[in-house]
Amino acid sequence: METPLIEFKNVTKRFGEKTVLDKVNLNIYENRITTIIGKSGTGKSVLLKHIIGLLKPDEGTIIFQGKPVNKMNKGEWKACRSQIAYLFQNNALLDSMTVLDNVAFPLRQTTNFNRKEIEKRALKRIEELELTEATHKFPSELSGGMQKRVALARALVMDPKIVLFDEPTTGQDPIRKNMILSMITHYRRKLGFTAVMISHDIPDVFFISDRIIILWEGAVGFEGTYEEAVKLKLPMIDEFFRSLEGFQDELTGLLSREAFKVHYAAMLGGTATVAAVSAALFSVRLNLMHEALGPQAAIEVLRALGEYTNRRFNPIGGFSARHSRDEILTILPHTSIDEARQLVADFAQELKHEAIDRIQSITMAKVGADTSFDIYIRAGVTGVSSTDAVDQIIEKARAKQEIVATHRCNSGGKEQ
Amino acid sequence: MTPFAQIGILNTIAPLFSIIGSGTLRLLGNFGAMAIFFSLAFVNIFRRKQLHEIINQIFYIGARSSLIVMLVGLFTGMVLGLQLFYTLVKFGSVGALGSAISLSLVREMGPVLTAIMIAARAGSGIAAEIGMLRISEQVDALYTMGVDPVRYLISPRIVAAIISFPLLTAFFDLIGIFGGYLTGVLLLGTNAGTYFYRVQSSLNMVDIRGGFVKSLIFGAIVSCICCFQGYFCHMRTDSYGARAVGLATVSAVVLSCVIILVADYVITSFLM
Repeated sequence: METPLIEFKNVTKRFGEKTVLDKVNLNIYENRITTIIGKSGTGKSVLLKHIIGLLKPDEGTIIFQGKPVNKMNKGEWKACRSQIAYLFQNNALLDSMTVLDNVAFPLRQTTNFNRKEIEKRALKRIEELELTEATHKFPSELSGGMQKRVALARALVMDPKIVLFDEPTTGQDPIRKNMILSMITHYRRKLGFTAVMISHDIPDVFFISDRIIILWEGAVGFEGTYEEAVKLKLPMIDEFFRSLEGFQDELTGLLSREAFKVHYAAMLGGTATVAAVSAALFSVRLNLMHEALGPQAAIEVLRALGEYTNRRFNPIGGFSARHSRDEILTILPHTSIDEARQLVADFAQELKHEAIDRIQSITMAKVGADTSFDIYIRAGVTGVSSTDAVDQIIEKARAKQEIVATHRCNSGGKEQ
Repeated sequence: MTPFAQIGILNTIAPLFSIIGSGTLRLLGNFGAMAIFFSLAFVNIFRRKQLHEIINQIFYIGARSSLIVMLVGLFTGMVLGLQLFYTLVKFGSVGALGSAISLSLVREMGPVLTAIMIAARAGSGIAAEIGMLRISEQVDALYTMGVDPVRYLISPRIVAAIISFPLLTAFFDLIGIFGGYLTGVLLLGTNAGTYFYRVQSSLNMVDIRGGFVKSLIFGAIVSCICCFQGYFCHMRTDSYGARAVGLATVSAVVLSCVIILVADYVITSFLM
């Protein structure tokens, strides 16, 4: 059995008369993204602050890498703490310093790198987070979204082993939200850190999380994967997910997964009247696009795909939802497989000529003069029977996926 | 008096004792916390990477307060010149004007007024700045980045105050003596030679050292109180947020001024 990186054992925290955390037991595992969700005031931030030592439990123990924190000496605790970075909900940028100074600050204060090296590392993070224009600006001169990215750059500049994100996407528009989540997954893969995140951005947060923890009235209501949570069918969890998810996917304008299920169930309920049902699964490789074109372009491609899917298939009775970060499932009632294939082929042409060209300017900026990058849009069409669950349809369609549209991003240089 | 009557009196005065007792305990607790806070900050002075921030703070506390300190010094000297001239005239001792002005300034008024002026100007700024850092979680952010907030925020300010206070006091004394010269000599016609001779002859090293010691101690007191008030403004029970910062700033200045005067009396009684 895997040993948790951080363990909470009966952790209780009170503020005056109010008990915020009540005998909390939870585990955080290495190299995973763990997302903590819960209603406002259930102690999510308090829990996160206990991990980094900003708050101490009134009762119970926090175990870090197998050793209780309260039994560590100062040096041991300092060594543990130096592996952790914290992204504050309100960013907590040092407002009398420029963006560059903010990002370079931890390096200046805690390392022995020379000035040049510090600047180089800080500028690299600034560039990666698309903040180059803001390098010499003060936090007050930046928008909320940019401030958030500066805080993210500062949190990542020390290459931490564990990063605690306290609502990293709060106050962002859907594209930025997804960009930030995309960056978190990207850097987690690249730097290999363990992420603990508080977020309400459903479904996106579920797409990137390995584990979720639901805090319920000061205690842990659920701990496990999203799939486990859904399978449990606990009224408390269902109600909670529904309250957070809403009916629409903010980024793409498609149905939420919950709303999709309701539509699908309703459609099957009237199977007698639906002669043939087909499904199409569209996908892009978000991670590869992120690597090559940057987070903004990657998210824009996904958004465009969602918008065009909605525009094309909604008028003919279709309905779609994202079922993973970069996969969109569309159900096409009253459509045979052949008709569906034709529809998808027409749609692919439209995508090629209109949708992807829309992101031309964004992608061009990222692709160098002597390189090129191909964006592939894949689609798989399958028939749907009345006994098929959504996951089965996805599996079937995924097996039949092929490239239906390509967009080459280059500046006229040779292809790679 | 019957036992019942005694109980009645006890019931009346018991809450009073309770208030005095709890107030005293709170005060002692605060002083204790402040002493620990100062010790922690003092130990951290000698850590690495402090020089740059110390120089910044010397500029903020010292250099940027110099003009106001000198202005106050000038007018204090001028007022002293006027007051003492008309007092000494009554006793036919106008010649002692230089001595009276220089001794008052160097022994008492210089260190005390300088400390009060810096407490009002830089001390309030220190408390407000640290308070703002605290309520906007920037202090917590320092901690999470592995930077000791006491080392980064408090220690440089305490060093800077300890360095700046004696220097500014020296400026104050010098300008004050010059202010006395302006009114005593140029305005009221005392002999310039006598004035400066008396200044020189009456001032001993003991007086200067006393003033120097006072200003050092005042520097430590003012910086410690102002930093303490700002640093712990989030723990105030009478207010929260921006108002807590405002009240912390007020407390910092008022408490600094009171403690300066109390400490002045204690130090003077030891030096005499």
